[in-house]
Parts: sequence; structure tokens; C-alpha cells
Amino acid sequence: MSKAMARHSDAQTIPLSFTLNGRLQEIEVEPHELLLDLVRERLGLTGVKRSCDVEVCGACTLLVDGRPVSACTTLALEVRGRSVLTIEGLAEDGKLHPLQEAFIAHGGFQCGFCTPGMILAAKALLDENPNPTEEELKHFMHGNICRCTGYKKIIESIMAAAKKMRPAGSKS
Amino acid sequence: MLRRFRLEEPESVKEASEVLGRFGESAKIYAGGTELLLTMKEGLVHYEHLVNIKKVGLNQIKRDNGVIKIGALCTHHQLESSPELQKSLPAFVQMEHNVANVRVRQAGTIGGNLCFAEPHADPGTLLIALGAKLVAAKGSSQREITAEDFFVDAYETSLEPDELLTDIQVPEANRGVAYLKFGYLERPSVGVAVALGAGDGKQYIGDIKIAVGCAGPAPKRMADAEALLRGKSREEATRNLPKAGEIAGRAAQALSDLHGSQEYKEHIVGVLLKRAFHSALSQC
Repeated sequence: MSKAMARHSDAQTIPLSFTLNGRLQEIEVEPHELLLDLVRERLGLTGVKRSCDVEVCGACTLLVDGRPVSACTTLALEVRGRSVLTIEGLAEDGKLHPLQEAFIAHGGFQCGFCTPGMILAAKALLDENPNPTEEELKHFMHGNICRCTGYKKIIESIMAAAKKMRPAGSKS
Repeated sequence: MLRRFRLEEPESVKEASEVLGRFGESAKIYAGGTELLLTMKEGLVHYEHLVNIKKVGLNQIKRDNGVIKIGALCTHHQLESSPELQKSLPAFVQMEHNVANVRVRQAGTIGGNLCFAEPHADPGTLLIALGAKLVAAKGSSQREITAEDFFVDAYETSLEPDELLTDIQVPEANRGVAYLKFGYLERPSVGVAVALGAGDGKQYIGDIKIAVGCAGPAPKRMADAEALLRGKSREEATRNLPKAGEIAGRAAQALSDLHGSQEYKEHIVGVLLKRAFHSALSQC
């Protein structure tokens, strides 16, 4: 536990029960603890990144009940009774998610720092809209910043994954 | 890193306003947290108590007797995806769809956006042009404030410290509405809203409301610019547009900052006013 997380004896604690990557998690938090610190520092899932720290870059994106949030500016207590998905929970039975496979196949990342947030945001998009136009994709993803790829490969990766994830026979 | 605070979780508006009254300046309302937590993380402000009001309700969208009532705790995402609003106020839905980014829209509330009064925000400007009223509650009493009178200065509204914004009420009307913004950073440099009706066989501009935001410390209604267009024929109004844009640019009290110089923002006000006017008129 980091020094910053050391408890005060008079601190208010809040019991937190939530689903993390499909498994029930029960832990006590203080009101000021951020979701990002809870997941990274206390629960050890370091796929989620702290970067801009002001909800602009998307590197700290997590899915809460399937919707993207900025974990850097979300109180941990906000996930009471909810379901949190991190990049570590995306592969199932050792098999990568189609988005992860597509990012590898289409070169959707270089340094990889933005990639967990990028893929989770893309998952939220495709769950809501399995057949997005490129404009819809850009609008949804514009809050996730990448400083390596120039975005083209990311767009290609998401479009390729979308195609693969759609049931066979559905419209292009 | 956030400093420690205590969390209060009232379950009604009345209880929330009591908690705020009890703790005074050491307490602040917390809803989506998208603005408040940023300033607290930076150490710019600190409160001993955050009053989480997400358990008090206020998250419905209703149509009632010619008025659209939006609960203050509706998130931007709720508003951008409301079929009801898409039908009755499509320009509002469009504006909401372009607030910040998908994560901010998911957490941030319309009430929090208005009450925080960050100058570079979209909803207040459009609500002024729509002639919206904001309902504030304190204990069991409530009062209405026009959107126009709500914004006092940067980060300052006319709400009392123990008052809560509960509803935003937008009158339904047969009108064209447009909100346009421009910026090159995460937040807009200038936002312009126009709402107008067309009278007399649609050849004349009827009532018109213009508001400008982001350029200066608070969104403002542009009465002098409106006067150049109200009651005029389409042709005359179109001729008067550059002058109206100039007047609105000056009245916006634009500030030079990292979002652009004063002169630049004044120019953009004129450009956006012209486009928003034509867009609104084309809907009539």
C-alpha cells in the first residue's frame, strides 16, 4: 500500500462491493479515493493509466456498467454495486477479444500507453453501435488521444473488429 | 491527489439543503464531479464535506403543459440520447452530443455544468436563447431564475449557498434553434446560440433570442444584436447580420486567453452568429 493510501484512524470508510472483471470485489474505501488509484495501486491492475489527469486524454478509461469513464476523476465509491471492466478482463479463457486481435493485426498501437483506454472505449462504442460509420467512430473516440499512430491504424483496427464481431449475414 | 473530505448522502432535496445550511462554506454539492474534482485535485479549492446529491432523484425528463422539464441530475449522456428531447428540442440534443467527450458526458450532469459556471461551457448559452427558467430549491421553498439572470460571472451564479438547482424548464415553441461553437482546445473558444420564430407568411423574423458564451466570463443574452433583426424582413435581417455580429462580439466581453485573443473571439462571434441565424431560419 502506498504512503498516500495509509489510513487515518478517524477516517470515514465506505464499504464498496462491486464486480471487477466479472468477479465480486469487496473492499473499504475512503471518500476521496479515486477509482484509478483503487484499481492500479490497491488492486494491482496497471493496464489503466494516469496521464493527463483532467479527463481529456482517455488513457485512464474504464468501463462502468459498459460505459466509459475517466478513472482519474471518478471517486472509487461511485462503483458501488456496479460492474467495472478493465483491459485485464477483456480476454476470455486465454483468448484475446476481437478488438485486441485487430489492434495487433492492423498496427493500432506503437508505444501502447493509450491502448487499454482506446480498446475499452472502442468496446463501449461497438456494444452500443455494432456498425458505426467512420464519422460516428471518430465522434465517439475523439476523447481518446494517441500521440504515435496518427489514428488511421486505430480507426482501421476498430472497423476491422466491428466487422468480425457482427453476426455473419448482417449488413456491412 | 485529492485531500480527505467527508461524504454526506442526503436522500431528499430538503435534507440536502439542510446539510448545506449546517456546514456552510465547508460543504459543496457533488454530483457528476467532472468539474469539481478537477479543481479539488489541483488544490485550488478544498471542502471538508462533499454532499453527494445523486440519491435525491431529479433525473427525469418530462413534458408538461408546453414546458420541457429537465431534472438537474440528468447526465449529458442521458440528454444526448433522449428520444423525447430529440423530438421536442433537437438542437439541445445536438449541443449535448458535443459536450466535452464521451466520458465527461457519461458522468457530468446538466445541473453541475450550470452551477459550476465554468466559462467555457455549452449548455448555459443555448438555454439563455431558449428562454429557459432554472428552478432552485431551499428547504421546502423554491424560486425560478431565468437562465439569463442565473450566470453572474466566471464560476459564479445567482444561487444562494444553501440553494439547489432542481429543474431546468424550457418552454416549447414553434421556432428554429441553432447552437454553434468553435475551438481548437478541449473546451470551446466561442459558442453562439440563436432561437427565432418566423412571422407573417415566414417572410419576417418574429421573436429572436441570441446568446454568446465561452468568449467572456459568463454566457450572455445579446439584446442589442437581437433588436437589429427582430421584426425585420429576411432580406433586411440578412443585411443587418454583420452589424449584429459586431455588436454581439463587443457585448460578449471577450477575454484574451489561451483559447484565442479578444479580437479573434469577437470576429468568431460574428461568423457563428451569421451561420446560426441562417441555420435557425432554415428550420422555420
